[in-house]
Amino acid sequence: MTRSLKPRPVVISNEPAITPELIAEHGLKPEEYERILKLLGRAPSFTELGIFSAMWNEHCSYKSSKIHLRTLPTKAPWVIQGPGENAGVIAIGDGLAVVFKMESHNHPSYIEPYQGAATGVGGILRDVFTMGARPIACLNALSFGDPKHPKTRALVAGVVAGIGGYGNSFGVPTVGGEVRFDRRYDGNCLVNAMAVGLAETDKIFYAKATGVGMPIVYLGSKTGRDGIHGATMASAEFGADAEEKRPTVQVGDPFSEKLLLEACLEIMAKGCVIAIQDMGAAGLTCSAVEMGAKGDLGVALDLDKVPCREAGMSAYEMMLSESQERMLMVLKPDKEQEAEAIFRKWGLDFAVVGETTPTKRFVVRHAGAIVADLPIKELGDEAPVYRRPFAERLNDREVDAASIKPPVAVADALETLLGSPNLCSKRWVWEQYDHVILGNTVQRPGGDAAVVRINDGPKALALTADVTPRYCEADPFEGGKQAVAEAWRNLSAVGAQPLAVTDNLNFGNPERPEIMGQFVDCIRGIGEACRALDFPVVSGNVSLYNETNGRAILPTPTIGGVGLLDQFTKSMTIAFNGEDEAIFLIGETRGWLGQSVYLRDLCGREEGAPPPVDLAAERRHGDLVRGLIRDGLITAAHDVSDGGLLVAVAEMAIASGIGAVLEQPPGIPPHAFWFGEDQARYVITTKQSQPVLERARAVGVPVVPLGATGGTLLAIAGERPLRIDDLKRRFEAWLPAYMAGARRPRAYSLTRASAS
Amino acid sequence: MRSAVVVFPGINRDRDMARALRLISGREPALVWHGDAALPPSTDLVVLPGGFSYGDYLRCGAIAARAPIMDAVRDFAAKGGLVLAICNGFQIACEAGLLPGVLMRNAQLRFICRDVYLRVERSDTPFTRGYNAGQVIRVPVAHGEGNYIADGETIARLEGEGRVLFRYSSPDGIIDPNWNHNGAMNGIAGIINDRGNVLGMMPHPENHVEASMGRTDGRGLFAGLVDHFRVAA
Repeated sequence: MTRSLKPRPVVISNEPAITPELIAEHGLKPEEYERILKLLGRAPSFTELGIFSAMWNEHCSYKSSKIHLRTLPTKAPWVIQGPGENAGVIAIGDGLAVVFKMESHNHPSYIEPYQGAATGVGGILRDVFTMGARPIACLNALSFGDPKHPKTRALVAGVVAGIGGYGNSFGVPTVGGEVRFDRRYDGNCLVNAMAVGLAETDKIFYAKATGVGMPIVYLGSKTGRDGIHGATMASAEFGADAEEKRPTVQVGDPFSEKLLLEACLEIMAKGCVIAIQDMGAAGLTCSAVEMGAKGDLGVALDLDKVPCREAGMSAYEMMLSESQERMLMVLKPDKEQEAEAIFRKWGLDFAVVGETTPTKRFVVRHAGAIVADLPIKELGDEAPVYRRPFAERLNDREVDAASIKPPVAVADALETLLGSPNLCSKRWVWEQYDHVILGNTVQRPGGDAAVVRINDGPKALALTADVTPRYCEADPFEGGKQAVAEAWRNLSAVGAQPLAVTDNLNFGNPERPEIMGQFVDCIRGIGEACRALDFPVVSGNVSLYNETNGRAILPTPTIGGVGLLDQFTKSMTIAFNGEDEAIFLIGETRGWLGQSVYLRDLCGREEGAPPPVDLAAERRHGDLVRGLIRDGLITAAHDVSDGGLLVAVAEMAIASGIGAVLEQPPGIPPHAFWFGEDQARYVITTKQSQPVLERARAVGVPVVPLGATGGTLLAIAGERPLRIDDLKRRFEAWLPAYMAGARRPRAYSLTRASAS
Repeated sequence: MRSAVVVFPGINRDRDMARALRLISGREPALVWHGDAALPPSTDLVVLPGGFSYGDYLRCGAIAARAPIMDAVRDFAAKGGLVLAICNGFQIACEAGLLPGVLMRNAQLRFICRDVYLRVERSDTPFTRGYNAGQVIRVPVAHGEGNYIADGETIARLEGEGRVLFRYSSPDGIIDPNWNHNGAMNGIAGIINDRGNVLGMMPHPENHVEASMGRTDGRGLFAGLVDHFRVAA
């Protein structure tokens, strides 16, 4: 029923002349064009120019980032596939592998929030099931501008609805992530989506084509005129004309993607596939070139065979379309009919559009003519690489806590912070994501890490996404380390052994040395932390040019972490477990207020060096906590991060409805003790204080008694006691109230108050 | 109990449902393709599961209601066979004429996924015999269009004939708009047809069936059905 009428090929004879303006519009620098002339020994055709622009843009070629990314640790005994494929792959025992990656869809989401975010989810899901894995969870990390900025509310509403709209329909639980607000994202929101899938270790599929004369098959949805030059758009900063770039955003169809998933997994199970690549950024061009280049083969495509949504599409349009839910495969010739039958059953398009050749050329035919004939290696894995100049930053000096006069009492500060945009509950967001589908969500959003059972258990994955951008700006090296350490800590806090990460590096314009400096130092920090914690990088994505009118975002290298629990029933939560349990702080507290949320939100000062990260201490403390969880010695655990110790304790109380009586040890000013953001710390509760203290002492980890759980109040010695139900109300109120402000007042009467 | 789960393109809670049926009835359900013309012989229970059949394009459930298999499902129901229609399945059942009314967009116009409380209104049906009347259970919802609406006459009939089996409530069983997340009329979460053999409900009891995963409030529905067929046999 999907066998469509083939549009009659129309030869576009009036192709524009290649002018310097046209070259610039394609995002190619004059020296890059010179390189093209040299490679070809002639001027490129219009279609060829489009293909070069698609392959050599920053988004697809990683030309500014490549030499730095190579410094990251990518190997470990459990790593099956590191960076360079559609997604990273790690072994988790029992013949199973976890396939995962995080990817940005920042530029499109700012221009068209619903579709931009939706197709970001669609793209990352495709990256995962392209490798033969069934997706089992999604996460996302979102950065928005100042809540007071006129665009912010609409962006939040659109992005969240888009993520939910795609993931919910596709049928994967969206189990975690983070949401932040900062005026530095006013002109560029960030949408980083992570997908995690499960495969058998001996059934992983790769992009590398093998064999000459093998059929190249187009699968999935038809090609339309949407998303043309999407990748090029994402490789430039925004000016005043961002709105005009709307047509470069793709339109998502989660229904087709769900069918594509089922059909792909079915033909993979039947052994039909030699190589497979999804059509993401730069669509047909990028997928065909990558398959050929990786296999040292040529590729010949016949565009007259490509299923099109509309008649009269030019070769240029077909090669650059970023229509979604499409795949390119190299099939085993004897399995072609079997594969086609499966795709027809699922109602999807299936067309042989080309073959592999021995020539290492990328040859494209359309309407009887050759419209492109290019060297495939130079287009693909031998694209230009830049060593851009970078400036080292003079890092901010340490802030002396004693010099910060507390503007309000500790209790008042806590109330303010819990009801603030960055620390408040993000329930309004994650309730729009189906986080329970597939029936394996052990820990839902709102804790340190999500926990998702593997099949029927007993193993489970722990998943998290973390970064603290203000630290990265103040000291990119320490900030890079901290992002990795926090992900590692969040996984440890639920009892998981951290295994590997995916990194999603969001920065401004790399042609500015100070931005390139942030990038280089963040990567150095990430590399150092990943090496120290045995936490290799197995996949990732770089998003540069996140700038508007010359103003860059905060450097935001989001780290997606994956860990493994042997027993899902032993996963630890942040909620207090019961009354009269001892509360301990694990780790050392100096009262570090530099770059803290307290200093920013209560004192109005964004300054100082961020807290340094002692990776040996991180490891020691995390190993201790994980062991305590494994051996059943503690009853709750929470890592200490944004907002500091008291915010962490309050979150544990709010999650349980159980109060606490707290006291601080002498020596540190109260506001610095309760709100400082020293690293490598956890709050735990226990009914067995003695064994916990002995274990900590044995490995030299500092433990500080904070008090005990119980009652309905958070009672801090010397402070006004706070009711837990009141804190909870504040914690839950900000975001729904903010988002409700988007509606016209009339609509209030139609809206019923929701249950909390 | 022999169950058949109908799989329409875009359905995505078929695996959740199959697991619940397997765990509680001890028997793997048959998965029936939407393009098939017949149900497996000696099927006891037909399930229309949750998801986004045909992407929910056009209107939730509208396309699936016209799939080839639905004639067989209607025949099955007409002969008194038990049909369990959950979430998208409920929407499909309404579109197929198996149940009255329609599921509109949630009052807040947003998709909502959270645990909700349901008051079980009757325990003398095959679907609710595993519960006590008045019992409150906690199960998840995950939908954007679960706001049950019907004309006044239909609502009066449903209420008069005791055909509302589940209602959104507070944890104490109080029917209160503050605990009705989608704005459904009379807090209606699940209804049966006039013959009492087709249940449509928005929440997902199939997601709360394992003690090791935290809650088992959904088990009663499936265990009750297993009992029903055991007694009947």
